Amino acid sequence: MSQYNRVGPPEGYSAPGFFATTLDRVVGLARKNSIWPLPFATSCCGIEFMATMGANYDLARFGSERLSFSPRQADLLMVMGTIAKKMGPIVNQVYEQMAEPRWVLAVGACASSGGIFDTYSVLQGIDKVVPVDVYVPGCPPRPEQILDGFMKIQELVGNESLRRRYSPEYRELLEKYGIK
Amino acid sequence: MEQQLEIQNRIKERFLNDIVSFDESSDILTVTVNKIAIIALIRFLKEDLGFNFLTDLCGIHYPQQELQLGVVYHLHNFLSNTRIRVKTFTSLAEPEIQTLTEVFSAANWMERETYDFFGILFTNHPNLIRILNVEYLDYFPLRKEYPLEDQTRTDKDDSFFGR
Repeated sequence: MSQYNRVGPPEGYSAPGFFATTLDRVVGLARKNSIWPLPFATSCCGIEFMATMGANYDLARFGSERLSFSPRQADLLMVMGTIAKKMGPIVNQVYEQMAEPRWVLAVGACASSGGIFDTYSVLQGIDKVVPVDVYVPGCPPRPEQILDGFMKIQELVGNESLRRRYSPEYRELLEKYGIK
Repeated sequence: MEQQLEIQNRIKERFLNDIVSFDESSDILTVTVNKIAIIALIRFLKEDLGFNFLTDLCGIHYPQQELQLGVVYHLHNFLSNTRIRVKTFTSLAEPEIQTLTEVFSAANWMERETYDFFGILFTNHPNLIRILNVEYLDYFPLRKEYPLEDQTRTDKDDSFFGR
């Protein structure tokens, strides 16, 4: 039972006595292994997320044992479940309150596209109100799928350039959603 | 049955000219009246016949009828445990019906819901604004002329989904 995986060093040059890499990679490594998620759970996908957080699947293995129930300390917004049109502005507000850098994971069919609720009261995917980084399919997705989506987020976080959030493309993306 | 006949007769005595029809379904007497008499009839049912509880109030839309929009009221007499259903209809061009809030305060939110989904205007209602749907919705979603599907959906083949 003494076996465990450790996060390896990022790509770089090493020789006896030194190791050199880029700042981007070091920051990325630190960020991707300490993502604090904000669970925004409205329905059955939220129940799957509870299993994901539980001992069997254990999201804490990925450095996310500390769920942030305040958007101000969160890095990742996990939207799980049907978002009604009336809830749309609230998702947007929660996203606005998160500090940069921030990521969004849409879990399940409803959050991704509206799912089976193709009807007047339901928002047809949260990407109508906030920019989404990773979509997890499934109705509801199994915990393995949520973990897979989470690992995709980790990949994005680890490889993100430190300048991305200052780029005009990123500003334009936020402006499209009316976020300053 | 006897009780229903008696209720029917009492209503006939007072509102003969305004009654459209009497019928019965699921053991509940249904009275359809002209919309002019609706408040007077429900007040009579409450005060004289003991129907002291407004169980439900909701809208309906029958596009094949001349008077397309309707409101259905369900009343309950707690003492004798009898129920009654009252219906009234109005045209799509003039979707106005007198508010029931002066008889039953409980009608307030139910009428707001009916307005929200069917666009029925309850005259003299104290606060007739949308209650469940988003404020910026520009139509009444349960009217039959509007498709159920959301028109902003982008990930489906529209020809299969009424768009």
